[in-house]
Amino acid sequence: MTEPAPTMIEFLSQHGAVQPRHRPWPRFQLDPAGWSALTDRLAADPDLLLLGLWAEQEGLDHPRVHIALFEAASGSVAVTSLDCPDGTFPTLSRVRPGAIRLERTIHDLHRLVPIGAIDDRPWLIHRDRSDATGTQGGGGYQFLPVEGWNLHQIPVGPVHAGIIEPGHFRFTCSGETVVRLEERLGYVHKGIEQLLAGASLERAARLVGRVSGDSTVAYGLAFARAVEAAFGTEVPPRAHYLRGVMAELERIANHLGDIGAIANDAAFSFLHAQCGELREDILRFALAGFGHRLMMDAVVPGGVANDLSEDHAIRLLSLVTRLRRRFPRLVRIYENKASLQDRTVDTGYVSAALAHQFAVGGYIGRASSRIFDARVQPGYPPYTDHEFSVPTLSDGDVNARVWIRIHEVKASLALIIRLIASLPKGPVLAPLTAPGEEREGMALVEGFRGDVMVWLRLSANGERVIRCYPRDPSWFQWPLLEAAIRGNIVPDFPLCNKSFNCSYAGHDL
Amino acid sequence: MLTHILTAVLGGPVTEAAPPLVASDLSALARRVQEVAHQRLGRGLTIRQVDAGSCNGCELEIHALNNVYYDLERFGLRFTASPRHADVLLVTGPVTTQMRTALERTWAATPAPKWVIAIGDCGCDGGVFAGGTGVVGGVGTVIPVDLTITGCPPSPTRLLQGLLAVLEFTNGCVAAKQLQA
Repeated sequence: MTEPAPTMIEFLSQHGAVQPRHRPWPRFQLDPAGWSALTDRLAADPDLLLLGLWAEQEGLDHPRVHIALFEAASGSVAVTSLDCPDGTFPTLSRVRPGAIRLERTIHDLHRLVPIGAIDDRPWLIHRDRSDATGTQGGGGYQFLPVEGWNLHQIPVGPVHAGIIEPGHFRFTCSGETVVRLEERLGYVHKGIEQLLAGASLERAARLVGRVSGDSTVAYGLAFARAVEAAFGTEVPPRAHYLRGVMAELERIANHLGDIGAIANDAAFSFLHAQCGELREDILRFALAGFGHRLMMDAVVPGGVANDLSEDHAIRLLSLVTRLRRRFPRLVRIYENKASLQDRTVDTGYVSAALAHQFAVGGYIGRASSRIFDARVQPGYPPYTDHEFSVPTLSDGDVNARVWIRIHEVKASLALIIRLIASLPKGPVLAPLTAPGEEREGMALVEGFRGDVMVWLRLSANGERVIRCYPRDPSWFQWPLLEAAIRGNIVPDFPLCNKSFNCSYAGHDL
Repeated sequence: MLTHILTAVLGGPVTEAAPPLVASDLSALARRVQEVAHQRLGRGLTIRQVDAGSCNGCELEIHALNNVYYDLERFGLRFTASPRHADVLLVTGPVTTQMRTALERTWAATPAPKWVIAIGDCGCDGGVFAGGTGVVGGVGTVIPVDLTITGCPPSPTRLLQGLLAVLEFTNGCVAAKQLQA
């Protein structure tokens, strides 16, 4: 009788040394043999999921590569690290396809070479002038070769139709049907990680909150929780609840915008107008109740920047009641409009297998059978106090991604009512006490489009960020858009793209 | 759907009144454009929005201009997909090195007369991202800017005030002499 396989934590403990200053989850320093054993384990165990892959150099003797992993069976999170004294590290791309672009980016930004990588082209950093215009010049970015009869290419972007972030999409088509889509991103790369290195906590919080403006609460929360984990700060209960209210308002506002935009791309502008009105109501409340329409800078390390007054709590309940009355009527129109259903059903299919392979989060994962929501696992307050439903569907098409959003809007509205009804009294901000040594912290927060991860290392006096890595959920979503559009017609691309609504800025940093 | 339509017809529009113009916007435009004789462009302006590096916050508020409360199109202001059809470029973000060429080409493709509005603190001077390795600077470091609307992000009301100022100005509704005062 063979012994049961060790859990992820047991396995890593056998192969690496636990680093004492990393919180709240363990970090294991591996040697090359340990890293190789980990790669074998990843090949054998498809349920060990990739959360992130990044490099660190600031203040270290040698560059270092980190992987964050999640084991669904136990709900455990861990980070494993490998020093790269010779500037190389063994690739993970052959066992985890989600690592492909992350490794190309590590090479672009840190000049560390992933040995044996499947794809060794640059990714985030554009090396040639022709990259900027999306043309395929001599020596420019090499798009994958295409062979076939009667194929033509449509290059779109970086400046593309709409009020939208820039990206390049190289379509290869046979008639109206897309046989391949290849993306090229990086156009809004600003160098945020470099700006974060050496930044004060206050400046870093402002920067991380602006990595992806539509997810400012989720990012602010992930940064705050990573700092609080590093310092061991106890956040007051009232602050946890207010953070939850803000996060759910952000989720609802974005989902409403997306549902309307998806319908609009199928020429049903009525839903776009109605959803836009409800979204605007939320933003106006956010300004009054939390000081900013998008709630930027409202979540800070230690708690929240502004308390919610009794009056505003009542106004919020009245807004939620109004939304709960109006939203279901819009949903009935969505599901009964045959011409709209004809566009969204069976369009942009993402298989459960691919969703699992890439560990894709958010509504994309949950629309393709993936049961993952960071509010549940690993979980964090205030959600730990309140049960709520996390819907999943298996159809994996545009329609399923719309329905996940619909279910989540309803769940979030109900959750806000429960949070306000049981809102604890007390302070909303705790002082941060630096522990007097360098600390590492990490957090995983469920933003509206998926799980946002922030990892950081703080200076010994607790005043500065040495290294901060914000990982957007889009890293694992963008590649699947290329799979989703295959076999669909070109005019269905806007539908697929809006149903994904990946972040360009969050990805490009 | 019928109930929705009836409710809307009986209830009246939710669209709000236009915000008042801001004098400093008009004088900023006058300073920039005073040498140029402005032509009558008719009663509207067509806008091409370009994200040259923003966090997407400004885009959300620009999208809001098209919602039923602000209803941009009632002023004759509309968005277009092609810079060749545009009178105004609405540019957000600190301009990144990797968007610089695309922004320059979009500006070059926009036929004269044209105006550029830089949106947000980032569009003004790079904002919180100034000094980033991938950042060139505010929009004005790459193409000529006629009006800057600061904010992080600027509210739709603020955006609308700036756009209405451009509309009034380009239509000769406000004489250049008046603005000097």
